[in-house]
Parts: sequence; structure tokens; C-alpha cells
Amino acid sequence: MSAIGDQSLPYVRRSPAERLPPPAARAGAVGWLRSNFLSSPANMALTLVCILFIVWAVPPLLRFFLIDAVWSGADGDACLASPAQPHPGACWAFVRVWSAYFVYGFYPIGQRWRVDLFFLALAFGIVWLLRLSAPRRDIGALYFFVVLPVLSFVLLHGAPWIGLRVVPTALWGGILVTVVVATIGMVASLPLGILLALGRRSEMPVVRLSAVIFIEFVRGVPLITVLFMASVMLPLFVPEHLAPDKLVRALIGVALFASAYMAEVVRGGLAAVPRGQYEAARALGLSYWRMTGLVILPQALRVTLPNIVNTFIGLFKDTTLVFIVGIFDFLRTIEAARADPKWAAPTITVTGYAFAALFYFVCCYGMSRYAQNVEARLTRSGRR
Amino acid sequence: MVERPDDPSMAAPREELAVEVVDLHKWYGDFHVLRDINLKVLRGERIVICGPSGGGKSTLLRCINRLEDWQRGRVIVDGIELTDDPKRILAVRRDVGMVFQQFNLFPHLTVLENCTLAPIWVRHMPKRDAEALAMSYLERVKIPDQASKYPARLSGGQQQRVAIARALCMSPNIMLFDEPTSALDPEMVKEVLDSMTALAGEGMTMMVVTHEMGFARRVADRVVFMDDGEIIEIGEPEAFFRAPRQARARQFISQLLH
Repeated sequence: MSAIGDQSLPYVRRSPAERLPPPAARAGAVGWLRSNFLSSPANMALTLVCILFIVWAVPPLLRFFLIDAVWSGADGDACLASPAQPHPGACWAFVRVWSAYFVYGFYPIGQRWRVDLFFLALAFGIVWLLRLSAPRRDIGALYFFVVLPVLSFVLLHGAPWIGLRVVPTALWGGILVTVVVATIGMVASLPLGILLALGRRSEMPVVRLSAVIFIEFVRGVPLITVLFMASVMLPLFVPEHLAPDKLVRALIGVALFASAYMAEVVRGGLAAVPRGQYEAARALGLSYWRMTGLVILPQALRVTLPNIVNTFIGLFKDTTLVFIVGIFDFLRTIEAARADPKWAAPTITVTGYAFAALFYFVCCYGMSRYAQNVEARLTRSGRR
Repeated sequence: MVERPDDPSMAAPREELAVEVVDLHKWYGDFHVLRDINLKVLRGERIVICGPSGGGKSTLLRCINRLEDWQRGRVIVDGIELTDDPKRILAVRRDVGMVFQQFNLFPHLTVLENCTLAPIWVRHMPKRDAEALAMSYLERVKIPDQASKYPARLSGGQQQRVAIARALCMSPNIMLFDEPTSALDPEMVKEVLDSMTALAGEGMTMMVVTHEMGFARRVADRVVFMDDGEIIEIGEPEAFFRAPRQARARQFISQLLH
């Protein structure tokens, strides 16, 4: 059989090597289990520890949040321990009764359809803008960035000349405020961050220095400080009646804060674009802004997409800090509701926070999944 | 090959000079990379710039569309003197095509989009016309079938031919080639050189930095030999390769042959 060994050293192939199908993989569930969970002693130990952890942790959680949970009731008594339910679980009745407050805050009950309409319009815009297969996404962008802000302002704030009475922002609360703050923070921080990042890489010293000072200053200060300064210090310099609305001040604070972070994220992406791309674009006669918009940014943003989403997720959770300047965001409404003496029961606090955690998790995980999808798509199409 | 509409400025008798470099000096910090460069390129002339690595060949080429600036001297391209004025720089770059060693195609755009980007955004050409133009140039470099692919899917030789087509789509008066075959696998060098030879045959003004001496002999009107930041010798290719007058050029050519 050892044909090559028998020949003298110079070798000439006489017949083509046969093309064989690949050997069958170790198929089946057992093979998969083996290779993934039981491949080595360390892996086996790890598998065992994980199983034990799941057995230890999951059933009590299930029992508390689902099996023993109290689903209905008019007040806290329903969630107290009694002979009928010696170990009452999560008090979802509390969430049900207070749910309107969690969503709208003190927004007048008769006007809440306006908030619902806003949520719908926003959801429509988000889907149109983010679904890669949606038709006419350019119009979608126009809708999202031009029509929607105006529409939202008219709906939420009110416009007496078309019969929508003004609802002062002090009455806004709950998920409405969280969504407004997060959306405006994200939508404002991306373009601002891009401009700041470009400024930081500018060849003009004044532009570069301004960008660096802004970014480093804002990044070096906690968000709480920025919010405090926006809400407490601004009135010291501006007469009270000229000072912008409390919510607007917080929005500006959040947007500026987020844009400083976004600037650094985008800068990382810009640095990843090879110099040759700049040179090729310049050699074709593209001006700075065309080069940036058509050649550099599309590549930079693609590289940096996971980091952008990461920053958005951080921003979304950071919106909870606006409570510090007296704005009733979603988390703050839960805080307020759990202090209600009518609902004095040991499980109320846990239930409230679990509900908050669920809400934030669903939103953040959604963002994360979307980013993963887009990344996978970009990788598949080989546009790297 | 460049078909221009009846432009009144074109009807006037053309300047004979495509590129004029006068007393050019450039420093990187203290390092004097370009020293006393004087060079005139006539319209339709094919110039090959050769010489040892680090001799300033690419730097000189990149001065001609102002990818590099300089501290002393003048560069006049198509009758426009390059200064700090961005308008002049853009005007020169619009009419001077460049092909790079590393292709530098835009990876996020398809081959066709790579070719139509500048015609659409710089020449303000309607998209349909730009695409027709791009297809005609892609046919000329023999890869119209790759038009809808992304550059990463193409071989190096194909990418470089797309880069040539992309530059030609701007209908340039002058083409600069900065070591266009140096990053290619040997079997792909020929297809790129063939495209360049065809272009030369159509009367394009070309300045080519290359180590392909066969190409230089076949195509060049003049060979410029650079070493250590200065021009050592300028001559017709046959004479230059057979009997370079300067010792440094002789040494360079002897190394090429062995």
C-alpha cells in the first residue's frame, strides 16, 4: 500500500486523489451532549454544578412568582399570610391595581388616550426605522426624526388651539417618562456624539479642543451631578419664569451626558477605518463632509454597532436617575406605590422591584437581540 | 479615451503640460524626503517612476493630488497650481484619478456603488447615467459580471481592476498609479498590467510608480529614476535600462536582473 515509500524520491501523481465525502460526525443527542457537556472532568464538574444551581434556584423562584402568587385583590390584605395561603408569593394584584399609575403617572385619566396614541406612534416609527426589510425606510426616518417629535409634543404636552388641553410635565410619570427620556436621550446622543467624535479628530485646534473639553468634563462627572446642575443651578442663573421646564432640563442633561459617552464609542469606530479609505475618498475628489458621510461613518458605525447598543442600554437604565430631581419615572412610581399603606404587605416591595426588573430586562434584551441580528446580517452579507 | 462634451474651455488650445513640478521640497519633521524635484509631464505622456524603496517615489506621486503637502516648491496640475485652497485641491482631485497599492475599495459598497459614488456625489451625475458609465468601464477592465458583489468577495487582481474602473469613472485627465501590482499574487499581476497597458494605448496621461520593468519598457515614454528623495535620472526606457548613466541607477538595475 505504501506506494510513495516504494518509489524513489521524485514523485509524480499518476491518478487524481479521490474526492471523498466528509466522515459522518458523531451525530445524535448523546454525541452532542458528550462533546458539549461531558468532554472532560472539568467540564463534567461544571455541568454538575450548573445542574445543582438550577435545581436549587429555579423551583423556589417559580413557586414565589407564579405558583403561590396572588393575582387579584383590592388591597394589601389579599397578599397577607392567612390559613388559606400560609406562604403568599408575589403580589401581582398590587401591580394590576397600580398598573395605570406605573404607565401614566398622574397624567389626567381622561387624557390618557393621548399617551396611548403616542406609544403607538412611537412603536410604529421604531419598527419602520429598524426593520431592515421595511419599505421606504427613508420616509420612515423622516417620520421618526421630524414628524414624530412634533406629533409627540402636540399629543403629550397638548395644543389648546386644536382642543388638546395642556398637561404640565409635572403630571407625567411612569413608563411614559422613562420612554420619553430614553428615546430623546438616544436620538439626540447619536448625532451629537458623532459630531463630538469628528470634532475630536478634527485638524482645527479650536474645534478639537472644544470637543475634548466637553467630552472629558461631562464624562468625568456623575450623571446625578449633571442632573443636579441642570435642575438646581440653572435657576440660580436664569430667572425662574425663563428657566425651561424641569423635565426639559433633565432631558438636556441626559442627552449631553449620553452624547459624551457616544462620542468616545464613535471615535473608536472612526479609528478602526483604515487610512487608505480616507485617501481613496479624497483622491476621488469627495469633500470632507461627503467623505465622512458616505465612506467613513458607514464603516465606523458598523464596526461600533455593539458598543452603540451597549451605550443605549446603559442610557436606558440610567434614566432611572432622573428621580433625583423630582421626576416620576417608572421606577419612582413603583417606589411611591409600594409606600401606600393600603398595600402594606411583606411581598409588595419584592413584587414591585421584580416587575421593574422585568420591564427593564425586556427592553434591554430586546435592544441587544436586535443588535445581534443586524450584526449577523452584516457578517453574512460579507460587507465587513 | 476621455470623451468630453464640447466645453468652451476645451475648445481653446490645450496647455501642453499636464503636470509641472518645480523645485519641490518636502520634510517629515527633520527628514528631507523630497529634495529639489523638477519634473514636467506632457499631455498623453506615460511616465514610470522607479527606484529603491524609501526613495520618495510614492510621496512625489501623492503630492500631485495633494494627499501630501510640501514645504517648498510648486505643483501645477492641469494648469491649476495646488495651494492650501480647498477649492483648488478638490478641482485637481476631481480630474486626477489614483490607484493605490492596497486597492482601497470601499468595503461597505458593491463594486458598482464603488464606481458610481464619486460620479453621483462629485459630478452630480444622475444615478442611471453613472451606472451606465460604471458598467462600461467595468466591461473595459473585463469584470462586468462582478458588479453587484462586495469587494471582499473578489480576488486581489479583480479588486485592483475595479479600483482602476472606479478612478476612470470620474473621466480623469491624468491617472496616478502607486505600486498597483505590489500587493498582488504573481498570477494576478498580468491582468492588472493588461488593463493599464490598454489605458496607455488610449492616450491617457499616466504616472506610474512600479517595479514592473517589463511594463516600463513596453509602455513608458520616459522613466524617472529616484533614490534618496531626489531624481537621479530621466530617460527613455530602452536607453535607461540598457545603459543607465548614474552609478546608483546602474546598481539598481543590476539588482533587478539578479
